[in-house]
Amino acid sequence: MTIQDRDTTMQEKSKSFREAVPEGFVNVPAAEAVEYITRLRDIEGYTHMVFLTAIDYIEDSLFRLTYMLHNYFKGLDLGVQVDIARESAGMESIHHLWPHAATYQRELKEMFGIDFPGSPGVDDSFILEGWMEIPPMRREFDTKAYSEQTYFPRPGRSSHDTTEYMKEKLYPSEAETW
Amino acid sequence: MVEAHKYDPRSKFPPVDDIDGKSRYDLHSGKYLKVWQGPQHPGITGNMSLELTVCGDEVIECRTHVGYLHRGFEKLMERRRYIQCFPLVCRICVPEPDFNEYLFAECTEELAGIEVPEKAHWYRALTLEMARLASFLMWTGGQAAAFGMGTIGQWTVTMRDYVLDLFEELSGGRIYHMYIIPGGVRADLPVGFALHVEQTLKQIEKVLDDVELVMMHNAVFKKRAKGLGKIDPAMVDEYGITGPNARGSGIRRDIRKDTPYLVYDRLEFDIVTEEGGDAYARTWVRLRETRQSIDLIRQILACMPTSGPFFQKLPNVLHWRIPAGQTYRKAECTRGEYGFFMVSDGSELPRRVYVRGPSYTHAVTLMEKLAVHVNIADTAGLMVSLHTYPPEIER
Repeated sequence: MTIQDRDTTMQEKSKSFREAVPEGFVNVPAAEAVEYITRLRDIEGYTHMVFLTAIDYIEDSLFRLTYMLHNYFKGLDLGVQVDIARESAGMESIHHLWPHAATYQRELKEMFGIDFPGSPGVDDSFILEGWMEIPPMRREFDTKAYSEQTYFPRPGRSSHDTTEYMKEKLYPSEAETW
Repeated sequence: MVEAHKYDPRSKFPPVDDIDGKSRYDLHSGKYLKVWQGPQHPGITGNMSLELTVCGDEVIECRTHVGYLHRGFEKLMERRRYIQCFPLVCRICVPEPDFNEYLFAECTEELAGIEVPEKAHWYRALTLEMARLASFLMWTGGQAAAFGMGTIGQWTVTMRDYVLDLFEELSGGRIYHMYIIPGGVRADLPVGFALHVEQTLKQIEKVLDDVELVMMHNAVFKKRAKGLGKIDPAMVDEYGITGPNARGSGIRRDIRKDTPYLVYDRLEFDIVTEEGGDAYARTWVRLRETRQSIDLIRQILACMPTSGPFFQKLPNVLHWRIPAGQTYRKAECTRGEYGFFMVSDGSELPRRVYVRGPSYTHAVTLMEKLAVHVNIADTAGLMVSLHTYPPEIER
């Protein structure tokens, strides 16, 4: 399934969803996104930024940023989605609109490698400390391979009979009574 | 961050760099001291820490540090089938796991087009209100203890334990219930459950009377909590504040009323608000919402249908393909707006599951702002008054 096919499906789904419950998603070009979001906040009444996150479409070499906004007067959620290239990913910051957006952007820099130039503390580590690998929320990051490289298997699982191993190693005094 | 201003050498605040806006401390001057509160500290709600810079006993800068509890739930969910994700989600919030179960189930049902039986809606609402009650009781203990009133914590945590007994009777689990599942709920109510709930609610009501008397009318608590961590109504949208933290500042917003889900449009209740905006006002909001939760549980037990199915049969969940789409579902938990954003690409694994916890904004940006000018002895009380849980920050 290409990104265009998926978009069509998602738009249909979003459309039917909007008709049932008036909420939905809208796709906006990256160059116009901040202006569009500012208009939503200042004119349309979408004053609450619920969250900001990203979806990794590695097969299409893009990240889809999702700005979820809420309008308290109409009771509507609106997901503003922005596609950006995966290579040297970056996006304009919106911390001037909502200060807490800086925290979301800091996390996206750490977890996806998406840069937000000018966002306060965007280069500071947030959740990870001393992380040297690729950003772990990228699809190509293999958690299983990482754990196998980083953590050694505990002895006794495959090479020993568990009961015998415990008898010998862990509880010798209790084992005498078994 | 301390706001930029013309530097006065007699000021307790250090000069601020014009370029990066960060404060410049000379820790060798003897004027400033860095104090780490947490990650192992009784005044911290969970595994996180506050890096406090103090001048005397006054906090002049605060930075929140998280990451001590990162288990990578969102990443793990990308590599698991929908039903395999289910045992993971409840662990995102330990004291109130049911909201994760409910929202995950709602998202999958929404995308898969599954209709949940009427009875399951009532059972889900009952579970969520019981979880709210348990969470508020635990919070009350924490808030009282942060101001040196540990006995109240013992009372309310005991009451929470009785609610956990009810959960054990209902689901078999005390902490993680996994009662709300995609398609409905896992089992019918046990025989005599409503009676046991009522007995527990009566006990809790008595304790709440005592708590109000010794906490809210206590001169020490009043003196320390009034004016602490004052949230101006104008800050609510600016900082993404939701739940009792917003309602404590007079903002009438509650997802259960504004965009009702489950059966909340059929229950009678008002949005609880206070005007003070400080820790004292937030405490009143939560105590009144605890009583409101008791009332809602009674209403649900009285109105719920007594017959009918409680579960919609699902396709084989091990080979469950959910049609491509995306959805955001939310609910009002004890701390504010809790939400799940789920994206499906039509395969057997979710493309992306994002968890929106209210603590994300409350514990980081808001806490860093409110902590400035606070006495170091009150930072624990301030933090608890924002009711934050670190696991939902670092998912």
